[in-house]
Amino acid sequence: MLVELKVNGEPRSADVPPETTLLKMLREYLNLTGAKLGCDVGDCGTCTVIVDGVSVNSCLMLAARANGHEVTTIEGLANSNELHPLQEKFEEHGALQCGFCGPGMLISAKNLLDKNPDPTVFEVRDALAGNLCRCTGYTKIIEAVIDAGRVMNAEQANS
Amino acid sequence: MTEPIPGYIGQSVPRREDRRLLTGEGVFVADIQIPGMLHVAIARSQLPHARIIDIDLSAAKCSEGIKLAISGLDILEHLPPIHGMQLVAPPSYRARVTTDILIPDQPLIPHDKVRFVGEPYALVVAESRQLAEDALELIEVDFDPLPPVTGPDDALNELSELLHEDLGRNVAAVLHTKKGRGAEALEAAPHRLKRQFAIHRYAAMPLECRGVVADYDTRTDTLTLWSSTQVVHWVRREVANALGMPEQNVRCIAPDVGGGFGCKGHVYPEDILIAYLARRLRRPVKWIEDRHEHFLNSTHARDNIYDVEVGFDNEGRIQVLTSYFLVDSGAYSPIGAGIAGNSMVHMLGPYDIPNYETGCKVLLTNRTPNAPYRGAGRPEASFAMERAVDLVASELEIDPAEVRFRNMIKAEQMPYEVGLTYRDGEPIVYDSGDYPKALRQALDKLGGLEPFRKRQKDALADGRYLGLGLGCYVEGTGVGPFEGATVKIDPSGKIVVATGACPQGQGHETIFAQVAADIWGVSIDDVYVTVADTAHVTMGFGTIGSRSTVTASGAIQVASHAIQEKVLAIASGILEVAKNDLELRDGGVGVKGVPGMHISYREVAHAARPGWDHSRPEGINAGLEETSYYEPKTVTWAYAANAAIVEVNPATGEILIEHYVAVHDAGVLVNPGMADGQVKGGLVQGLGGGILEEIVYDDHGQLLTGSFLDYLLPTASDVPPITVIHLETPSPLNSLGVKGLGEGGAIAPPVVIANGVCDALRPFKTELNSTPIRPCDIAAVFGDDPLDLLQKSGESLLTRV
Repeated sequence: MLVELKVNGEPRSADVPPETTLLKMLREYLNLTGAKLGCDVGDCGTCTVIVDGVSVNSCLMLAARANGHEVTTIEGLANSNELHPLQEKFEEHGALQCGFCGPGMLISAKNLLDKNPDPTVFEVRDALAGNLCRCTGYTKIIEAVIDAGRVMNAEQANS
Repeated sequence: MTEPIPGYIGQSVPRREDRRLLTGEGVFVADIQIPGMLHVAIARSQLPHARIIDIDLSAAKCSEGIKLAISGLDILEHLPPIHGMQLVAPPSYRARVTTDILIPDQPLIPHDKVRFVGEPYALVVAESRQLAEDALELIEVDFDPLPPVTGPDDALNELSELLHEDLGRNVAAVLHTKKGRGAEALEAAPHRLKRQFAIHRYAAMPLECRGVVADYDTRTDTLTLWSSTQVVHWVRREVANALGMPEQNVRCIAPDVGGGFGCKGHVYPEDILIAYLARRLRRPVKWIEDRHEHFLNSTHARDNIYDVEVGFDNEGRIQVLTSYFLVDSGAYSPIGAGIAGNSMVHMLGPYDIPNYETGCKVLLTNRTPNAPYRGAGRPEASFAMERAVDLVASELEIDPAEVRFRNMIKAEQMPYEVGLTYRDGEPIVYDSGDYPKALRQALDKLGGLEPFRKRQKDALADGRYLGLGLGCYVEGTGVGPFEGATVKIDPSGKIVVATGACPQGQGHETIFAQVAADIWGVSIDDVYVTVADTAHVTMGFGTIGSRSTVTASGAIQVASHAIQEKVLAIASGILEVAKNDLELRDGGVGVKGVPGMHISYREVAHAARPGWDHSRPEGINAGLEETSYYEPKTVTWAYAANAAIVEVNPATGEILIEHYVAVHDAGVLVNPGMADGQVKGGLVQGLGGGILEEIVYDDHGQLLTGSFLDYLLPTASDVPPITVIHLETPSPLNSLGVKGLGEGGAIAPPVVIANGVCDALRPFKTELNSTPIRPCDIAAVFGDDPLDLLQKSGESLLTRV
C-alpha cells in the first residue's frame, strides 16, 4: 500500500506491505536509520519519533496510521549545518556514550521542550522515563536537557 | 607565529563521536544495508535440556523466499565448535593457583542435544527477515527432554544428568588459593562469624542487541564482517580458524556499538555462522538479534553463592577470612574461569588481612551461559566482603565506617604486596592510592559520620528509618596480555593512529586522539584515530576488563616513540642540528630555544618517502609507520569508596536513596568529563542490579524474564542524586599515570544498598545477605504480609517489584 507522509518537513512516500511499522518504513524504505529498534514492543524508546506533535514509539505504530501525517525524526533536528540547542548541550555535557538511545532520547526531550520550555528536573525525568539508556545513568542527559531549555528560552527572549 | 598547542591529557575535550551520534548518522550493525543482502532467523530451543532426535527442515525449505535452512548436522563436518578456552591464563598463574579446569567447547549449532532455553538448533536464510521468521515456524522437531540441571545443587549432585558427557562432570573449574596460614588461622581468632551470601543473576543488557553482517568477495576470497562486538581481533581469529582462511582474508569491524559491558566481549556462534553463510551463499548476510533473543541467548552474569567465615579481634581487626563460592555458569563458560579468578583475588579489597583462603567451583547448568559483565567477579566478591565487614561491626557494636578504617591499608603501606597471584600470573601489588582518604571524603560529602548518626537517631524517634551504606573495593585494571597500535605520519603531515581497542560508548576516538596529540605535540584536529577494525592494526586484543586507556595508550606511545627516533634523525639532517638540540613542537620538529628553526611533520614525511628525492640520512629506512604492541607486566589498581544515605519506607518497603557518593581513583584522568560519565553510568547499572534487575528461571529451567516488562532497567525517574569525586593518584606502572575505570562504578552499589538498608533496619537486627534487595523483604521486617502491602501502597509496590 502507498503511504504518503511528511518527514522532517519533506513529503515522502513508499509502497509498503500493510503490516509495516512506521519504524520499518523510516529505516528500510526511506533510509532514515536514526530511529533504532531496541525491543520492538514499545518498552525501550529507541524508536521514538514525533507524529503531529506527539512522541510515539514508531515500532508500535503502523506506517499506514501515519499516512498523511507529519513526522519528525532525529534527522530533522539539526537545521542544515546548525545543531539544535539540545544536540549542542548533549555534546557539551557529554550526555551520550554509546549513542544508541540518543535519537529517541533527543526526540523525547525536544517534544518536552516544545511544550514546556522551562521544565523542572522532575518533569524532565518524567518525560524521559520511556527512553531507556544503559550507559549514562541519565544524570548528564537530564542536565543537558535543562540547560538546553534555558538556552532556547534565552534565544526566544532575544528574538 | 602560531598559538602554542595545549596539552590535551587532563582536559574534558568534547567527544569526536558525538556529532554523528547526535544527528542520527551513527552506523550500528542493524543500520548496514548492502544490495542483495539475505537475512537470517535462528530457531532456538524452548527446552532447557533435551536430546535432538530429529529436525525436519523440508517444509521450511519450501517456504517463500528461502535460500537455505540448516541444522547442526549440516555443519557438523564443516564448522568446528568454539574452543572453550577463548581466554587462557598463563602457565605462571596455574603454577601458583591450584586449578582443575575443563571448559566445554561450544558448538555453533548443536546436533545432538540442546543445553539451554535459547540455544540455536537450526537457522534459516531468506530474502527478508520476515520470510525467514515465517519459515522458522515450519521447522518440525522431535526432542527428547532430559532432566534439567537447574542450579548449583543439581550441578554438584553426581546423580544429575551431565550437560557435557565428555567432561564427565558438571563442574567446569575448581580453583583454590590462600595467603598466610589460610583457614588454619581461624582457630586462634578471638571472634568468628560465618555467613552465606548470594548474588543473583542479572545481565549486561546493552540497548543495542547483538548483530552480525558479513559480505564475501569471491574475487579475492575475502570476508568483511561487521559485528557488534568488543573484540574484533578475536572474532577474526575464530572466523578464520573455523573457515580455514588466513586471518589476512578476514576483516572484522565493530561499527558504532550500542553498549556491551562485557556481554559482547567474546566470540559467539553467530559471528562464525553468519561469516560462513555469506561465503557459502556468496551473498551478503545479516543477522540482528531481537530483544527476546538477547534475553535468551546473550550471556548473563553474577549468580554466585558465597560461604564466608571471618576471624577478628575485639577491635574489629580482621585476622583471617575464608571464602568458598559457587558460580552458576550456565551451559558454557565462554571466558573460562576468569570471573571466578577475579572474585578470588578481589575479595580482600582495600583491607590488610594477613590470612586468607578461598576456593570456588564453576558449575555447568541448563541456563544461558554466564560471562563477564561490568565488574566481572568483583561485584560478587565485594558484596560478600562488604556485608561481612558490616556484620563484624554489628557484632562488636562498632561503627561500620570505623571497622573499615581500622582494617584499611594505609597510604604509607603503598606499594602493598597482597600475597596472592593475579590472573596474568604476577604477584599482586596494589601500586598506589589512599584508601582511608577516599572513605573519609565520601563520608564528609554526606555531611560527616557523627552528624549522620545523630540525624539517624532523631529520625528513628520519629518513626523514620535512615541508614548509611558503605562499600569499598579495589580493582585490577589495564590487564595484559597486550594491545596493539599502528601509528603513522600521513603524507599530509597528519598523525594517524589505529588500535585494537573496540569502544562501545567509552569515547576511544577522543581519548586516543588526546593521547596521540600530546605525544606528538600537535593539535588534536591533526590526529586521525581508527578503532575496532582489524584492517588497520595487525594484532589487537579488544576492550574488556577496564583496560583500553592503559593498554592502547601504551601501544600508541611505543609505536610513536619508534617513529619519533626516525623523525628526529631526518629533521637533524635537514636542519643540520644535532638530534639532542631538537624537540617536537607545533606540529613538527624545532630547534630548542630557536623559534624560527622548525620543520613540519609534512615536510618530514615527504623527506622520509622512498624514492630518488628522499632526504633521509644514511641508515634510516623509508616511511614513517610503526606497529607496536604494549605488553603490561601486570595490572594497575584503581579503587573507590562508595557511601549512600538511604531511607526505607516501612509501609511499602521502598528504598529511597537520598544521596549516593562515590570517591573514585583511577589515576590520571585523560578526559575527566568522560571518566565522570563512565563512573556514573556504572553506578546506575550497579543500582539496577542491586534493586531492580533480576533474571529469573523457574524450577524447570525456563526463563521467566524475557522482556523489559519483566526485567526492569533503571529509568530516568529512578536515578537518585549522585556525586562522584575523582582522586587522581598516578599509577607508577605507566608513564601517563593512568588506570582503567570502565567497570568500577558497577561494583559497589548492590552492597552499598544492602548495607544501607540493614543499617536503617538496625533496630530489627535485619540481615539482607542476598541480592536483589526487594521491597517485600524490607516490608516483611515490619511484619506485613506483602499482599496487604499491595493494597496499602497501591502503585508504588507494583512498579518496584
